[in-house]
Amino acid sequence: MSILIDKETQVICQGITGKAGGFHTTMCREYGTQIVAGVTPGKSGQLFDKDIPVYDTVDFTMRNHHVDATMIFVPPLLAGDAIEEAAEAGIRLIVCITEGIPQKDMIKARATVMKYRATLIGPNCPGIISPGKSKIGIMPGYIHKPGEIGVISRSGTLTYEAVWQLTTLGLGQSTCVGMGGDPIHGVGFIDLLELFEKDDQTKGIVLIGEIGGSDEEKAAEWIGKNGTKPIVAFIAGKSAPPGRRMGHAGAIISGSSGTATDKINALKNAGVTIVDDPTEMGKTMLSVLSNKAVV
Amino acid sequence: MYLHEYNAKKMLRECGIQTPQGIVAKTEHDAETAIDTLKFPLYLKAQVLAGGRGKMGAVKKANTRAEAIAAFKEIRKMIVKTIQTGPQGLPVDAVLIEEGQVISSEYFAAISVDRAASCPVLMVSTCGGMDIETAAREKPESIIRIELDIVRGIADHQARRIHFALGNSTVNPRTTQRFLNGLFKTFVDNDATLVEINPLASTFSGELIALDGKIVLDDNAFPRHSDWAEYDKQNKRDQLEIAASKFDLNYVKVAGGSIGCMVNGAGLAMATMDAVKLYGGEAANFLDVGGNVDVEAATAALRILTSDPDVKVILVNVFGGIVRCDIIAAGLLAASKEVHVKVPLVVRLDGTEAIRGLDLLKENGGSFELARDLKQAVLKAVLLSKGNYVNTY
Repeated sequence: MSILIDKETQVICQGITGKAGGFHTTMCREYGTQIVAGVTPGKSGQLFDKDIPVYDTVDFTMRNHHVDATMIFVPPLLAGDAIEEAAEAGIRLIVCITEGIPQKDMIKARATVMKYRATLIGPNCPGIISPGKSKIGIMPGYIHKPGEIGVISRSGTLTYEAVWQLTTLGLGQSTCVGMGGDPIHGVGFIDLLELFEKDDQTKGIVLIGEIGGSDEEKAAEWIGKNGTKPIVAFIAGKSAPPGRRMGHAGAIISGSSGTATDKINALKNAGVTIVDDPTEMGKTMLSVLSNKAVV
Repeated sequence: MYLHEYNAKKMLRECGIQTPQGIVAKTEHDAETAIDTLKFPLYLKAQVLAGGRGKMGAVKKANTRAEAIAAFKEIRKMIVKTIQTGPQGLPVDAVLIEEGQVISSEYFAAISVDRAASCPVLMVSTCGGMDIETAAREKPESIIRIELDIVRGIADHQARRIHFALGNSTVNPRTTQRFLNGLFKTFVDNDATLVEINPLASTFSGELIALDGKIVLDDNAFPRHSDWAEYDKQNKRDQLEIAASKFDLNYVKVAGGSIGCMVNGAGLAMATMDAVKLYGGEAANFLDVGGNVDVEAATAALRILTSDPDVKVILVNVFGGIVRCDIIAAGLLAASKEVHVKVPLVVRLDGTEAIRGLDLLKENGGSFELARDLKQAVLKAVLLSKGNYVNTY
């Protein structure tokens, strides 16, 4: 098994008639994702890609289809509301790709997601992929390979780099999740670690963090108590100057908190193998797994 | 983005919070008018986007007109240096001239975003003037911390809790409540991620006055606040950073580095800088070209890197996802025709259309140093930055 999504997952796209939404819906479909419908207010009755029906609202969509997950490509100032619409309509898994959503909107959206007990991935993220089964997101499918490594990350292209290193060395992936680089976001490291811990297919985990916030420290605490699978971690931003926002709104060292060193130490103490060199994430996972096999 | 104190206080006043009488002055003429209008004693405060002004002598008290004018002149020409500003420091944009207050007590009050709890958090402390980290360490019992509901704001019982904890009998409970509601309004209406008043002073007549004000706005909310353009301008001091923002490029200059980096994605950009450092080099900047880079933006990125005199080598690291490597390659070719690149240019392309991109670069000659993966790219760039590398792909 993989986590959160598999071959059977039925997906809709909110913002399907937009440029990015349309393009990535097609890409996901080509990868094998079951796209059942799309939503764009005012565009109901249209067909996308010849046979995908478009509806005005998520609620209407749910009356006509079984929907497990949604992929959101709505513009930033409207995306928080789109997340709430999906949660309220009863969608269990919400993947929000949109970058640049104001924090105030995300605080409200997250509260609604919690209220309806949905799972939110993102925003400002590449999405989720269970290689060979389904992808809900913007990652290039072909760099992945079905296998036994779970990947969790706060980054986009750095995740591709890690995945590519794994694939090149013959290490496939069970599921890869990009949680996104925003300060207010949905699922965190711990939620995903719990799922990977329970997943039989997953034999090892690559965790990619970055400066800012304290998610990595909290993950370390959880790992120390509950982790049984080997974990390799890289924390980006060791060389970042303090007080400056490094692209991601969440990647900022404020005062003495959020530094890479604190995160690395916390994870090390929890028994995680730290990679200092981002060019050796795959290699390190390989050697950790083969050491374990020898033991 | 950060606000100057005088802009922050304007926002606070608009939300019903009292601040001292004050006038902001840029020229000596403005300063004289202000000094003649306001009542002594006066405080003259440098307006710079960096903390720790008091310690730098950038806040001065004046009891006479002559003292005030001398203080204005001195502060206006200061270069304020802190960790955030780097060794080159920041010039003083303007001076806020304010009437001194007779106060009975000083407090700390702030609302910020609690990332872990994903909600606004109100923090009030009886240790005014002390920064909250120090207060938390030395007098944790002085701090009240309340997680807020962003829709509901501050409930009556929460305001009461704060009021009675401050224990100031000259201040009316309604004054405390009005102040707290004003603080929350400032936070929510302006899409702030931090509103901090330190010190907040109480007067002998029972008023609460914000003696200082610090506000950080959420950059993501920029599109719905047309009046933020001025603040944005004040935040961008570096000419190259200004140029980058015009093309939606995320650029942060790093002092002392020699390898100019151009990467797609923030995480990969940071990781590239980390790798450069690990292999013995120093990155001159963080530059994330984002997911929608076209030939024009790639050209702009290359122009920014080449116009930085510190840059001795350029390292392009692109892992194509949404971004197609052949477009990046075309951009590099076009850019290198337009921009005269005098320094070596190391290119690593992987992911979507990488092979086509690399072929394009090879066919068109040019002086690109191609690398097959991240490690090789970083190694080449570091060696080239030290001037001791001769080899081709």
